[in-house]
Amino acid sequence: MPSICFYFQVHQPYRIKKYSVFDIGNDHNYFDVGGASDKNNEVIMKKIAQKCYLPANKVLFDLIHRHPEFKVSFSFSGVALEQMEKYAPEVIESFQRLVDTGNVEILDETYYHSLSFFYSNDEFVEQIKMHRDKVKNLFDYEPQIFRNTELAYNNELAVLVEKLGYKGIIAEGWDYYLKGKSPNFVYRPYNTKKIKLLLKNYKLSDDIAFRFSNRGWEEYPLHAPKFAEWVNSVNGNGQTINLFMDYETFGEHQWEDTGIFNFLRALPEEILKNPDNDFKTPSEVADAYEVRDELDMHNIVTWADTERDLSAWTGNTMQKSALKKIYEIEDEVNAREDEKLKDEWRKLQTSDHFYYMCTKWCSDGDVHKYFSPYESPYEAFINYMNVLNDFKMVLSGEK
Amino acid sequence: MKVLMFGWEFPPFNSGGLGTACYGITKALSEKGVEVNFVLPKSTKVSEDFVNIISANLPQTKITLVDSLLTSYMTNETYWSVFRSTKSRGFYSSNLVGEVERYAAIAQDIAAEVDHDIIHCHDWMTLAAGEEARKISGKPLVSHIHSTESDRSGGQGMNQVISKIEREGIRSADRVIAVSKFTKNKIVSSYDIEKEKIDVVYNGINKSDFENNLDATNPFGKKIVLFLGRLTLHKGADYFLRSAKKVLEKNKDVVFIVSGGGDMERKVIELSCQLGIGDKVLFTGFLRDQQLQKIYKMADLYVMPSVSEPFGITPLEALASGTPVMISKQSGVSEVLHHCLKVDFWNTDEMANQILAVLENQELEDCLMQNGNREIDGLNWGRAADKILGIYKSLVPAGT
Repeated sequence: MPSICFYFQVHQPYRIKKYSVFDIGNDHNYFDVGGASDKNNEVIMKKIAQKCYLPANKVLFDLIHRHPEFKVSFSFSGVALEQMEKYAPEVIESFQRLVDTGNVEILDETYYHSLSFFYSNDEFVEQIKMHRDKVKNLFDYEPQIFRNTELAYNNELAVLVEKLGYKGIIAEGWDYYLKGKSPNFVYRPYNTKKIKLLLKNYKLSDDIAFRFSNRGWEEYPLHAPKFAEWVNSVNGNGQTINLFMDYETFGEHQWEDTGIFNFLRALPEEILKNPDNDFKTPSEVADAYEVRDELDMHNIVTWADTERDLSAWTGNTMQKSALKKIYEIEDEVNAREDEKLKDEWRKLQTSDHFYYMCTKWCSDGDVHKYFSPYESPYEAFINYMNVLNDFKMVLSGEK
Repeated sequence: MKVLMFGWEFPPFNSGGLGTACYGITKALSEKGVEVNFVLPKSTKVSEDFVNIISANLPQTKITLVDSLLTSYMTNETYWSVFRSTKSRGFYSSNLVGEVERYAAIAQDIAAEVDHDIIHCHDWMTLAAGEEARKISGKPLVSHIHSTESDRSGGQGMNQVISKIEREGIRSADRVIAVSKFTKNKIVSSYDIEKEKIDVVYNGINKSDFENNLDATNPFGKKIVLFLGRLTLHKGADYFLRSAKKVLEKNKDVVFIVSGGGDMERKVIELSCQLGIGDKVLFTGFLRDQQLQKIYKMADLYVMPSVSEPFGITPLEALASGTPVMISKQSGVSEVLHHCLKVDFWNTDEMANQILAVLENQELEDCLMQNGNREIDGLNWGRAADKILGIYKSLVPAGT
């Protein structure tokens, strides 16, 4: 002990192209744009495939062959998998080879990387089912652990996810909600019977995901032996260290020249130097360890920003209004029984669209800017509302 | 620290942002214990009343009036029309550049009489005065550039003589202040000045000047989109009207207000008729004081579509009045203001797209207004004065 549990999030939204008020009624194609636009989903997918997915997969593949004890897990959004199939099929093949090693676990999430749990239970359940089908279809795999979009979590979510049959669920291990408890144990969500809760060790996760290349950080530069030392120091004071992060950390958020791939290459060996350590996937962690305590997380906690709440997606009135408007047409969309229409409606639910509208002030604002293809949150809102207005016209049969 | 400052009329006697900036800077400097002797041309607008008002508001500041026909934003044409209607013509020069030179010669006398540690002049018409003053006192000269000839001409037909005066004045200054990076880059590229000599000091706003209880009830029952500025080429009123036309094709329940006077006024009015939107565009002429504050407050969106705007104080005034703003990317203020809409001045489709979004989504208007209003808290004259004082101190020997 402890076990190291890696989970990498793989997600790319369908970014909405530049869509003007003058396009409403004339152009019903919202997501595909040619040229070198920063909203061109094909170009972005191909770029990230080269910078991150393919080289990082190769590193993992080699590591698994060198260290058969090394294990990782992934959660893929359905929209990311779809775009890989369309724009970079070699990435799907590469992930399939990884999964075939048997050392890789896949988690379930909402197909459209949506916040539907907070707006419509029916829609939420439907999107999970779509995701299961996609994973089964591509990887012949049936996930046992669930993670919600942006790790957005509360007690009610755990209750519902337990009903859906999952053995585990994942959340952010944010101190404020843990009230002195350690994230390095397995917990029982409030009001549930069997399901186990795994908490992200945000400090050690963020050391890799956010601070790795920060020259102003006192621990810079971070090398594998140093990180292994931090892991070892947990020994006796925890059973699992859950390192959860975006997969794009490797090569995209942290570029190759920061040494991030070399760090990853060297890490398993350093961790395994201590015979007490091992690697486990989330379902193995859930099987191996008894729950330490019950955990009551009444308020929504996410893995974003310093607030660790939903404010990056729902914090201002533009975001609230856009979310309200996309979900209030659910019945109308369902009544049309038009699969293409439904798919477009769901693509508009992807959380990124609302993240781009975030107007928070603090230093987190810089992170938001890095991830947004829009010049300002206001432009993101205007673009989204134009598309939504066209969609509603199509929905009502006006066009 | 004693400053000999060559500047322009203060509000409420000003006709644009230059006067607002001169007042904001002088007041903030005086609050930091700097003694300013403020020299400006005497005119019909600037009289003994002006001096009394200013002396009451700025106790650290002395005003020196110079008998001259110069006013801010003058062109050869506007100078000529002032000169022609002046009685004692023989006393003044018959052309703008001649009058600028005459004004500069008088600056020598002032520099000899007034005790000062540093000379600070504002824009091209006072650059020569600053140089002449330095010849007498030998004190360091700071030239503060609020606009360049290239901005004022809207890129169409720069006046070569003015351009030369501006270049020489900037070259000979010990230190140059530009109101934005946008302006700094223009100075560097058009006048071949080493960029190390130029500091950027952004303008500011005194927010409380625009907080009032004026009744700004909208009498139209329709949303109001406002343009406010001098009607000259570089302010882009024509782009505003072309966008208005596109907005009105989608939404008829809007009133567009054009506020301000200037050499293009007739052309702008004619354009609105040519575009067939004459009944939807209201022209108010130049507004000041309570009328100005009311119109800002009444509007649902303020648009500054400038072709080339060295800074642009009016968006800050609109935000201080609780009105969200759209600004052209070709402006200095876009370097410091983030909670606003930004467009290229020529992109009237995009301007219309964004205007329509504000008109039709109250939550967008609210977010822009609340965040923008909060953002300008950091854009005050005190901050500008701190930076200017730092520049003074770097030029004046310690212990002064």
